[in-house]
Amino acid sequence: MAQKLRPAHPLETRVLLQGFDEPSSWTIDVYEKKLGGYAGARKAVAMAPDAIITEVKNSGLRGLGGAGFPAGMKWSFIPKNSGKPVYLVCNADEGEPGTFKDRQIMEHMPHRLVDGMISAASAIGSETGYIYVRCELRLAIERLEKAIEEAYAKGYLGKNIFGSGRNFDLTVHPGAGSYICGEETALIESLEGDRGQPRLKPPFPAVSGAFGCPTVVNNVATLANVPGILLNGAEWFLKLGQNTPRSAGTFVYSVSGDVKNPGFYELPLGTNLNVLLNEVCGGPLPGRKFKACYPGGSSSPLLTADEFDVKMDFDSLAAKGTMLGSGAVIVLDDRRSIPEVCMRTARFYAHESCGQCVPCREGTKWTYLMIKRLVKGEGTQADIDKALQACANMAGKTICVLSDACAMPVTSMIKKFRAEFEALARPASEVTPAVPKVSGQLAELMAAVRERQTR
Amino acid sequence: MAYEFSPETEKKFQWLLTRYPKKDAVLIPILHKVQSEIGWLSPESMEYVAGRLGLSPARVREVASFYTFFRLDRKGKYVLQVCQTMSCYLRGSDEIVAKLQQLLGIQAGETSADGLFSIEKVECLASCSTAPVMQVNDWDFHEELDLERVEKIVALLKQGRGGHACYEKRVADGGVA
Repeated sequence: MAQKLRPAHPLETRVLLQGFDEPSSWTIDVYEKKLGGYAGARKAVAMAPDAIITEVKNSGLRGLGGAGFPAGMKWSFIPKNSGKPVYLVCNADEGEPGTFKDRQIMEHMPHRLVDGMISAASAIGSETGYIYVRCELRLAIERLEKAIEEAYAKGYLGKNIFGSGRNFDLTVHPGAGSYICGEETALIESLEGDRGQPRLKPPFPAVSGAFGCPTVVNNVATLANVPGILLNGAEWFLKLGQNTPRSAGTFVYSVSGDVKNPGFYELPLGTNLNVLLNEVCGGPLPGRKFKACYPGGSSSPLLTADEFDVKMDFDSLAAKGTMLGSGAVIVLDDRRSIPEVCMRTARFYAHESCGQCVPCREGTKWTYLMIKRLVKGEGTQADIDKALQACANMAGKTICVLSDACAMPVTSMIKKFRAEFEALARPASEVTPAVPKVSGQLAELMAAVRERQTR
Repeated sequence: MAYEFSPETEKKFQWLLTRYPKKDAVLIPILHKVQSEIGWLSPESMEYVAGRLGLSPARVREVASFYTFFRLDRKGKYVLQVCQTMSCYLRGSDEIVAKLQQLLGIQAGETSADGLFSIEKVECLASCSTAPVMQVNDWDFHEELDLERVEKIVALLKQGRGGHACYEKRVADGGVA
């Protein structure tokens, strides 16, 4: 369950992962006494809410779950004095294939998340928080529950926390195996005990979220960054990254696939992808060459090996037509067939589509089936273009972005490696048309329709 | 078979009711507890949960059937879930599944005749840097698998060994098995 503990790479700056290799780093004793933990929360409960929001806004902290929305701004959308309770929900439903950064924080530094949630709750005036965790992350759940129990025992959670007069209750809520619940409104539906189907926006959660009340949903790493910002100041956080509000702080990159040293590495946001893969991760496997990678989880458009000279931050990757997403780099080497990779990517989204929007429910499925036909040697040139068409017809046409998450990587693979797809295509005359086998009345009806069409 | 909460589950249920402003929110956490208690969600258990929460049985089934983690059919004593998503595929998850199928004489999605094993292909288990990975039931996690280890794990499970004890030890050691 636990990942191998290893010392930091010389290029790493451990802020979120500071103290990660301390024995029993997940206990309150180590976090508080050895690592100076809960000083952020102590400071936050004594601060004016607006002062916390201003500090976080100035730091340039962005949502680290994938969207990169400025955290301080998200908090500022919570209406003041609405008369309703405000909920703080931590999105720990880490499900983007290739991503495992939040898991590390929760398993090894659960108190840093609790610390951050107390600070964020003070900023938005919330007295109730939930941590929505993937149920598969059993160790993370156990350690979070234990951490919360320890924090209650010390008076850091519950009534009158740190003697400040503020209250904050925190509960771990398990998910049940659904990728779409990482989308914040689907997560809220799931938290409320429903199917995890995204909601139409507006209203945004800041106005009407969990249980119909103002709600902030933040990723694990986003929240865990807050204590450090409050203690060391916005300036410090900006300088950890590239000293601009658009690229501040560190980022825990998750690297997996065909690379010598896969793992999670905390580096300044905006580290060059070549440096990450060749210096930090040790380059390709022996005797292999890099072919391509997903720079930000399996939803991100592929970068080919000659495009690896790019800064791994939100804006630089967007300029290259892809995205940082959750910072999960999945590396493919020269052994890999892109159509096979494409088929498996599409299959994932077809499996995870929640089914409420037709373009996504049908689009992801048919994209998968058409690519599969090609991979099995039963497809034609026309299937390649139809798959592209299906992608164009679902992206941006649904309630949430799951359809885009399927369309973006698939489209990039076909565009950048079209020759590989074409090599699999067979002439239409050699391929049995994909007409379903029917008999009886339906067959007669279809024959009649065909006849009318040819007339 | 009639179902009702065990005293432990009842205690958890009562505690959960105090944690949310609406009792509907208790549904998913309590279904987890029921499944860990009886191994799956029988129709009777879902009906019972519906009654306790004042929901219709259809609502409970609608929710339970949406999430892949909930088992609406009885499975083997040991459910072997092999991740088949990208990073695990790149590191050989297809071979792991093939090996399990050969060792147990069943296909993925099936349960062995003795009721001991089920093989399932699942999507991302969030341990991509230690791929390929396999989860046994909801408590034992095996990383950086190779075919030899798969054989050992199956042999241990057949002897009724392995499982939770291994997991505890690995966690105590702070690393991979």
